Amino acid sequence: MRGRLARVLCVGVPAAFLGLFFIYPVVSILGLGLSGGGLDHLIGLSGNANFRGVAWFTLWQAVVSTVLTVVVALPGAHLIARRRFAGRRLVRALATVPFVLPTVVVGGAFLAVFDRLGMSDGAFRLTHTVWAILIAHVFFNLAVVLRTVGSFWEGLDPGPEEQAKVLGASPTRTFLLVTLPRLRPAVAAAASIVFLFCLTSFGVVLLLGGPGIATIETEIWRHAVWRGDFEAATALAFVQLAAVLAVVAVGNGLQRRRAVGLRTVVARAPAAGRWELAANLGLLGMVLGLPVAVLLERSFLSGGGYSFDNYRALAVRVDLLPLTAIDALVNSFVFALAATAMAVTVGGLASLVVVHGPRALSRVFDLGLMLPLGASAVTLGFGMLIALDEPPLDLRSSRWLVPVAHALIGVPFVMRVLVPTLRSIDLRLREAAAVLGAPPAVARRLIDLPIAARALVVGAGFAFAVSLGEFGATSFLPRQPDRMTAPLALFRLLGTPGQQLRGQAMALAVVLMVLTGLSVLVIEMRRGSVGGDF
Amino acid sequence: MRSMRRTIATIAVLIVAFVATAACSGTDNTPAVPISATTAVPVISGQTVTLVTHDSFWVSEGTLEAFTSATGVEVEVQRLGDTGQLVASAILTSGDPLGDVLFGVDNTFLQRALDADLFVPYESPALAGVAASLILDPGHRVTPIDFGDVCVNYWIDSFGDDLPVPAGLADLADPAYAGMLVVQNPETSSPGMAFLLATIAEFGDGWEAYWSALRRNDVAVTTGWEDAYYGEFIAGGGDRPIVVSYASSPPAEVIYADPPVDSPPTGVLTDTCFRQVEFAGILTGTDNRAAAEALVDFLLSPTFQEDIPLNMFVFPALSAAALPEEFIDFVELAEDPHLVDPAVVEANRNDWTEQWTNLVLR
Repeated sequence: MRGRLARVLCVGVPAAFLGLFFIYPVVSILGLGLSGGGLDHLIGLSGNANFRGVAWFTLWQAVVSTVLTVVVALPGAHLIARRRFAGRRLVRALATVPFVLPTVVVGGAFLAVFDRLGMSDGAFRLTHTVWAILIAHVFFNLAVVLRTVGSFWEGLDPGPEEQAKVLGASPTRTFLLVTLPRLRPAVAAAASIVFLFCLTSFGVVLLLGGPGIATIETEIWRHAVWRGDFEAATALAFVQLAAVLAVVAVGNGLQRRRAVGLRTVVARAPAAGRWELAANLGLLGMVLGLPVAVLLERSFLSGGGYSFDNYRALAVRVDLLPLTAIDALVNSFVFALAATAMAVTVGGLASLVVVHGPRALSRVFDLGLMLPLGASAVTLGFGMLIALDEPPLDLRSSRWLVPVAHALIGVPFVMRVLVPTLRSIDLRLREAAAVLGAPPAVARRLIDLPIAARALVVGAGFAFAVSLGEFGATSFLPRQPDRMTAPLALFRLLGTPGQQLRGQAMALAVVLMVLTGLSVLVIEMRRGSVGGDF
Repeated sequence: MRSMRRTIATIAVLIVAFVATAACSGTDNTPAVPISATTAVPVISGQTVTLVTHDSFWVSEGTLEAFTSATGVEVEVQRLGDTGQLVASAILTSGDPLGDVLFGVDNTFLQRALDADLFVPYESPALAGVAASLILDPGHRVTPIDFGDVCVNYWIDSFGDDLPVPAGLADLADPAYAGMLVVQNPETSSPGMAFLLATIAEFGDGWEAYWSALRRNDVAVTTGWEDAYYGEFIAGGGDRPIVVSYASSPPAEVIYADPPVDSPPTGVLTDTCFRQVEFAGILTGTDNRAAAEALVDFLLSPTFQEDIPLNMFVFPALSAAALPEEFIDFVELAEDPHLVDPAVVEANRNDWTEQWTNLVLR
């Protein structure tokens, strides 16, 4: 009896969450647009040369950004998974920091870096080019690959690599032929998230690409908000969702491999070599460190010198804002906690269905819960406004709508980390436990649960960070002034001239960044005690 | 596994309960006080009126409370995105509005809102104190609350005897000022749109030739105001001394200066200004008509009007409203700002921006 109830909840909760807060709003808004003439637009799109250019650019920049991100992140993932060095946990936590940085701040920092490197003009100009977009995408998404693959790799049985080494294979050959195929589920999982992020990236494209570059996402926004052309916007949103659906389906297929063998005995990882460490951290420092350094410098710049004045100012309300920057941070934290709780619950239950549920249901969940990541903020925000407007679902001005929107984006992260891990739990482990006399329940508790918990905290850390930094969907939902989040406050501070406001905005960005790093670190402290591998 | 299932079940029940609570909490805001049937004036005391507005809306603590103590009506503020997002959301939810009064539609989006029948007419008695040039809808479906001029700003130290400050729009196309101007894309930025309209108002059919000349003069284009002012303009560390910004930017440069200064480092070319007027309107479908009217009256009251400048960096519509010191000292308002009829803007907007994109970006 209890088993049936658990099954119903496992299926029902994620289905209700996705159905109510994503499918219903999105179908409502697309239905409204398509019935109002959007269908003709949609049919006309294939013959529109401008659209074909935008679609092609959207696609290739996302592919190249994803490949670059994976290539840059893999050495770091290896370092974190397979080497022992001081500050390993810190590096892994710090890598999440770019996630919460608002694009308007990072964009400014990148432009400053280009300027300082002499790349804002001349032959090696990066400003307002595709290169700027690609570099920023690597910056923002590095953590996804680093952490998703790193956490999976860590649990992978090193036996086959050692055998290959004994048999005389070179490290490169071993990596390409032995390690990489076994990492495939995690790499595919991480890459599909990165791809969706790049496909629907908004601020980076507008700010760093400049006014001459457009993607489907920016075109949806331009048509819906600036031109008031809902039909054209809907047609584009439809194309975008169809593309996302196809990408997720392919990505999921690549991840669907079972039992690659997680390690049974936790061996002490070898210490990292000095050069290996220096080269790896140097690379991460280049990509992640430079823009952050610019940000740090600006946050301390005040009164013509360097001081903590900007940070002290965070406690004082400026006239432009309904609250102090610190109150905005508190709001962001409360929202992030609520969003993470929802994302972990929904994502956790859905992952169980994906791994242990009936095949058809498993595929539907695997596909459906990824979609919010690839939907544009315009589609989701407007969809919620027109769909959730009737009692008992009049949620438009509910304070819970913002964390719900954040949780929708957090769920895919929880699932992309959890599903490959659950799938890979070696059947032999369980058989061994059974042979040794452990009842199935005990075997699950002792084997599945610790491994799953380790993945779950990684996912929770992501969901938390994503919520802290979310700007797009939040800005489309009605909010009371005293519920302003930190990214929105920061954006407002940068909207009026004056060095004081700018300094305060930079300090707020740094605090947001540090608190995110710390939160992720704290969340993952639990991981050490559960996984027991530190 | 059983204990895991139990945990999962508990969490799931909590989530369902939570969703149910959230679903119910949004519905119980109907006014408790019935409207009296015997008096001609409806009793509004005890009601709540919802003001839907953009993310830049803010007034000092105590201002909205003054309205509540005078009328007994509570104001709930809901903010949503920028002006474009606000208007688009209001159009999508028309008939089942997000609130009772909308504040923040400007004259560049006004016609779109009027075409969608967003507002019901209301002629506030307070309009008597507002300059006629700001009352852009003769049917009074919207009421002007504030205005802000989008003007070309310049960095004072970059000009002097060698190179005088440009006199107006025409000078910006002069090769002497090559590589100095940064503007925003009118398709993605509200000041960018206002500046394009200023050039159309000034040059008429010649606006395309003007922009071709600006392009030859190496004009820089950014996506939004932030990357123009903080990225390219000297104030933010860039190297361009001329930027499209606001008439209220110089006082902001003093109020939020760091280190403190006595006078702004920037000036305004008053012949280049486009006047953006922001309106409030009572949303079609409101149940709180009387309270909504009272709120619109309040938005034009001296209490609210004099609170506008330092919170939103725009100017009060009420002529008699007193201005803060910084606005008196450091603002030079255009005597004859550019204005384009909202109906003309809406009819041509998409063609103009498309043509602009071809001329300047392609």
